Amino acid sequence: MTARHLGRVAAVALPAVFLGVFFLYPVAAIVGRGLTGEGLDRLTGLPGSASFRSVAWFTLWQALVSTVLTVVVALPGAHLLARHRFRGRAALRALTTVPFVLPTVVVGSAFVALFDRFGLDDGAFRMRHTVWAILASHVFFNVAVVLRTVGAFWEGLDPAVEEQARVLGAGPWRTFLSVTLPRLWPAVAAAASIVFLFCTTSFGVILILGGPTRATLETEIWRHAVWRGDLASATALAVVQFVAVVAMVVVANRLQRRRSVDERSTFRLPPHPTRRLLGANLALLATVLLLPVAVLVERSLSVGDGYSLRHYGALANRVNLLPVSALVALRNSLLFALVATALALVVGGLASLVVVHGRGWVSRILDLGFMLPLGVSAVTLGFGMLIALDDPPLDLRSSRWLVPVAHALVGIPFVMRTLVPTLRSIDDRLREAAAVLGASPTRVLREIDLPIAGRAVAVGAAFAFAISLGEFGATSFLPRQPDRLTAPLALFRLLGTPGELLRGQAMALAVVLMVLTAACVLVIESRGRFGSGVVRGDL
Amino acid sequence: MNGLTVVAVSVGFGGAPVLDGIDLAVAPGEILVLLGPSGCGKTTLLRAVAGLEPMVAGSISWDGVDLAGVPPHERGFGLMFQDHALFPHRDVAGNVGFGLRMAGMPESQQDERVRRVLELVGLEGFGPRSVSTLSGGEAQRVALARSLAPGPRLLMLDEPLGSLDRALRDRLVDELGVLLRRLGQAAIHVTHDHDEAFTLADRIAVMADGQIARTGTPSEVWADPRSVAVARSVGHRNLLDLNPDGSCALGRLGTGPGTVLVRGDRLTLQEGAQPARVIGVTFRNGRTEVTVSVDGLELSLFTDRPVARGETVGLHLADEAVVGLDGA
Repeated sequence: MTARHLGRVAAVALPAVFLGVFFLYPVAAIVGRGLTGEGLDRLTGLPGSASFRSVAWFTLWQALVSTVLTVVVALPGAHLLARHRFRGRAALRALTTVPFVLPTVVVGSAFVALFDRFGLDDGAFRMRHTVWAILASHVFFNVAVVLRTVGAFWEGLDPAVEEQARVLGAGPWRTFLSVTLPRLWPAVAAAASIVFLFCTTSFGVILILGGPTRATLETEIWRHAVWRGDLASATALAVVQFVAVVAMVVVANRLQRRRSVDERSTFRLPPHPTRRLLGANLALLATVLLLPVAVLVERSLSVGDGYSLRHYGALANRVNLLPVSALVALRNSLLFALVATALALVVGGLASLVVVHGRGWVSRILDLGFMLPLGVSAVTLGFGMLIALDDPPLDLRSSRWLVPVAHALVGIPFVMRTLVPTLRSIDDRLREAAAVLGASPTRVLREIDLPIAGRAVAVGAAFAFAISLGEFGATSFLPRQPDRLTAPLALFRLLGTPGELLRGQAMALAVVLMVLTAACVLVIESRGRFGSGVVRGDL
Repeated sequence: MNGLTVVAVSVGFGGAPVLDGIDLAVAPGEILVLLGPSGCGKTTLLRAVAGLEPMVAGSISWDGVDLAGVPPHERGFGLMFQDHALFPHRDVAGNVGFGLRMAGMPESQQDERVRRVLELVGLEGFGPRSVSTLSGGEAQRVALARSLAPGPRLLMLDEPLGSLDRALRDRLVDELGVLLRRLGQAAIHVTHDHDEAFTLADRIAVMADGQIARTGTPSEVWADPRSVAVARSVGHRNLLDLNPDGSCALGRLGTGPGTVLVRGDRLTLQEGAQPARVIGVTFRNGRTEVTVSVDGLELSLFTDRPVARGETVGLHLADEAVVGLDGA
């Protein structure tokens, strides 16, 4: 009895301490510094500062325009996936998900490659270091979010309602605008609010594509903290950012909750799309999603007038710009990703068990608490760790664990979001049947919960691994140990320096990172489901 | 006290009790059938005995040892769930051997035992099959094998045949009865089907509204159900409401107002007896079920005689045909 009790206490305590020390304490440190002394002076000075006002304004409007564009680009695709069955549907779904998990630095590289290839770096149609580059990359990133959330919701809407409207004399557009869109609206609003949140907290692509003149709150925090070493200004901005993000998360949650519409779709045999619909859709998605990636690959292979693998080979050589070769950085990243994934699985797994099996406020707090790192930006996370974990008793500046811990924090929400629903969907009678057959509670966990949730664990691990591999925002704040350079940081430095050879290496490194993260998506997408009715619900 | 003893067990979620003062006993080797309509608390009672449902009051003991505080996995009881709850991630052998592994039986012996139990339920060679490939009847047998394999002191079966079609059910009920008796297995079998109950039971306990309304051997319960609810549960159809003076269209059947049961198996058709008009004829299981009307009073009985709708027949009430009941 006492052993079981101890186990339970540990299951709650480990995630709680992890969350407290590595997330809540750093965030509290930001708020504390921002609201006292020098930080407070800067904070109260912000409203009067013209440069702050222009940064805040740019942060908002680029996010708003990015969101609208993303929704417009994604809606036709959502319609295609929701209302039609065709060969390659699953493949299309998987492919559209890839951009979402691609590292920001890889997406930045892809657009740099695109502008490079088509001569848009300067001249009349200059794209580099313009807001257009930022908007395009945000659409690229977030199409998957809208496609998935709106598509899944759309699938659940009863098409008989539209058919009724058509029979009553409404044309296709009229039907969409007056019958479909109003019902779809909750999902569109929810997806849009998430995209808006991502776009306001976007960091890597703005740093790479926006250039020095296009600054958002996130990049300003970074410039102040990392470049100028002006921690007071950075904390003041971070407090503003934190408050804004929390407000947005609350609004997004509201919109999310309103999404439940009770429409039972009886629709089982969806029609094949017409060739025109399929063609137009594929062309649009290919332009937005595939073109940058294809050009990135092309650029990585392009040497002089021909093509070769020379840039890939050069990854093993150290260039003066970097303390280690890109290959070593890649090895570091893989190592960090392994440790971060293990941490995310252990901490996120325990937290999931507490959320599913525990009752009352403890499980609710853990459930909510571990979602916060997802909402709060990576920059806040990294900056918080930078200022909070460099004094005794918690001096972790030189610790090997700092980077994996930061990555794990970002990965845990994904682990929990896949694990918790699966654990909840396991029929309680399976556990009871095992208990009656002589399995103790811990044995039930090992014999029933773990094996059945195995696929969800794999999916969560793949997410955590991909996220760690590409993590840039938080890592860019953490103290730099030359021999622990990560691949995204190396890529960022390569991209920021002119020169054809460095550019070529950057492209090659970006392709390698892309392939590795895309492989994780394949794991995520190919997850199967148990066919029997015993395991209910969707993963 | 050998076997299971349940004394004054109550279970309730907040408001109305789901089980209200249940007393029950199962002797070693005995098959007790819990019969009652759905929602009367049968499943809850099984879960309480298994230790899966917390009790508000009462005690459950085995061989005189109180089981309070003994968790489900240490009770040594088997429970077969309504829709089997087979483990989807294990094959047939993995399911059947689960309890043996939990008990720490050496692997070599496990395999042998799994093979024997599968043979017992007629599924030789099914060990490596995935449970998702099983038919309803096969899944039911695997679930039975899984419950039987560790040799539980008491096996509880919660409507194990509920999801199967009629013909398969009838066959499996017979097989189940033969198997349990051959093993001398003490069992509580839950069902809402009175035919199933009578086929299997050494004793029947009829449940209604969270209470045990009647316990006895099948023939005792059939002949004297004592209450309207029990009479309906065991399949009696002819329940007649009497006038204040105890009379009805058939004559004076009681001493006052109330409900009486007229046993269909004690009604026969005889020339010159009480005239009755045939209003319904159904052919069932090789016999003819006839519904007759006596001045608007409808009664049903079985007969071997050919009758036609609209015909007038003579209705004879044999000894013990009329049984008094409590309650409305």
